[in-house]
Amino acid sequence: MAAKSLAPADGLVWKIVKKAGDTVKQGEEIVILESMKMEIPVTAEIDGTITKLLVEEGQAVEEDDTIAEVG
Amino acid sequence: MFNAVLVANRGEIAVRVITTLKRLGIPSIAAYSEADRDAKHVELADDAVCIGPAAAAESYLNVAAVLEAAKRSGADAIHPGYGFLAENAEFARSVAEAGITFVGPQPEIITAMGSKINSRRIMAEAGIATVPGLLEPVDSADAALIAATEVGYPVAVKASGAGGGKGFRVAHTSAELPAAFEAARGEGERFFGDGTVYLERYLTDPRHVEVQILGDTHGNVVHLYDRDCTIQRRHQKLVEEAPAPGLGDDFRQHICAQAVEAARAVGYVGAGTVEGLVAGSGSAGPEFFFLEMNTRIQVEHGITELITGVDIVEQQLRAAAGEPLSVRQRDVRIEGHAIEVRINAENAAKGFLPTGGAITRYEEPAGPGVRVDSGVGEGTRILPYYDSLLAKVLAHGATREEATARLIEALDAFVLEGPKATLLPFHRALLTTDAWASASSARDITSDPAAFMKASGGTVRGTPA
Repeated sequence: MAAKSLAPADGLVWKIVKKAGDTVKQGEEIVILESMKMEIPVTAEIDGTITKLLVEEGQAVEEDDTIAEVG
Repeated sequence: MFNAVLVANRGEIAVRVITTLKRLGIPSIAAYSEADRDAKHVELADDAVCIGPAAAAESYLNVAAVLEAAKRSGADAIHPGYGFLAENAEFARSVAEAGITFVGPQPEIITAMGSKINSRRIMAEAGIATVPGLLEPVDSADAALIAATEVGYPVAVKASGAGGGKGFRVAHTSAELPAAFEAARGEGERFFGDGTVYLERYLTDPRHVEVQILGDTHGNVVHLYDRDCTIQRRHQKLVEEAPAPGLGDDFRQHICAQAVEAARAVGYVGAGTVEGLVAGSGSAGPEFFFLEMNTRIQVEHGITELITGVDIVEQQLRAAAGEPLSVRQRDVRIEGHAIEVRINAENAAKGFLPTGGAITRYEEPAGPGVRVDSGVGEGTRILPYYDSLLAKVLAHGATREEATARLIEALDAFVLEGPKATLLPFHRALLTTDAWASASSARDITSDPAAFMKASGGTVRGTPA
């Protein structure tokens, strides 16, 4: 059962914390977005392994864009 | 005064500074990033110079590019606004070395006040009450644990460069302290290049009160009374009012005198703000504690302008040009009450997360006592590179009640469509609550503004859940 991690807000990808293949726990940061001088974490929805990481550092994303998938 | 002034900023504060320059007949030059080509401040200024790409680090924070723009455009002064390079002592020094006037205090004062622990020491030595706590840094979590028993819980763990909500943690118990120490130190290093950490007593439910001061090179220091900025989110202000409610006349005179003392202690030139906390506001024995001194114009300066009639930007320019202030203390009087709300591109219902989008419809309110300071208009795209402040709505009235009523009316009339959310509905609801009307305790509002909104039954019109 895969779970998508969505961007909570429009912003830029500031930091990739985890890479595809890494194991994560629910609530753990995968990517940190930066928007309007705020850091916004994108976290894992479930425990599992990151199957897809869809963004690169510096990339612009919109609210609700899929950032990663955890399966 | 000056041949031309480069405004090294964007948004509403750049527009605000240009407005005074125009009134004084001084040519204004806007600095702008590639993303801000069509911005309001660029359109308003007499001339404009591109200073680099959208990212702030490559444009508005780029010292070399800003200096080059000033030289190229023939500006003999630079107004930094707030944020960006406004409190960067290195920048102020480079500007002076280039033979250009920096509209702000001396670089040594920026350095001295920029270190919060240093400013605490200077003020304590000058006889000004500071928030109870350490005057020396703690260099490890273990040292913090020992010191905290003396300071008393809850403790505020602060990076010496803390500001804008960064580098600040609260530890309610010793168990929370090591993590708070590491977080404050990490943010201090990352955002301010300074991992120095100190501890203060964390006052529960204080009011955040600040005093506007002005100084010139002739030794004059004047205060323009106080502002209350208690309503904040993530330690950043959302609503401000002047004068602060619930202060008696004697206490008001006391804190203003302390602020003047603080400014004199460092030989302050220009506009500055002495920030403090008031404990026991509304009680028979309130206490004021110095928190920090901000060496720039504040976002909320406009409410002070409304109650005193003094144009603070004009006084900044006079002081920077070496002229005496044109305002004398005995002429400064509080006329009525003024309130400001910050219209940020944020969603209050989603924990004040920033929102994007482009503004499709925009109509500012007008009316007696209403002032709007805005950096946006129809067609403005809200960009992730800069902060979320779009506009400020200010209202002035004979009393706090009248100012509140005028502000609510202004917010109702404000048309701002396009962004997924703004703080307009949050402010409309907030201003109609009993907690606002009584200004008695700000604890519930400041600890969790979104929860406060729900509990108060305020309508969150237009804000998606």
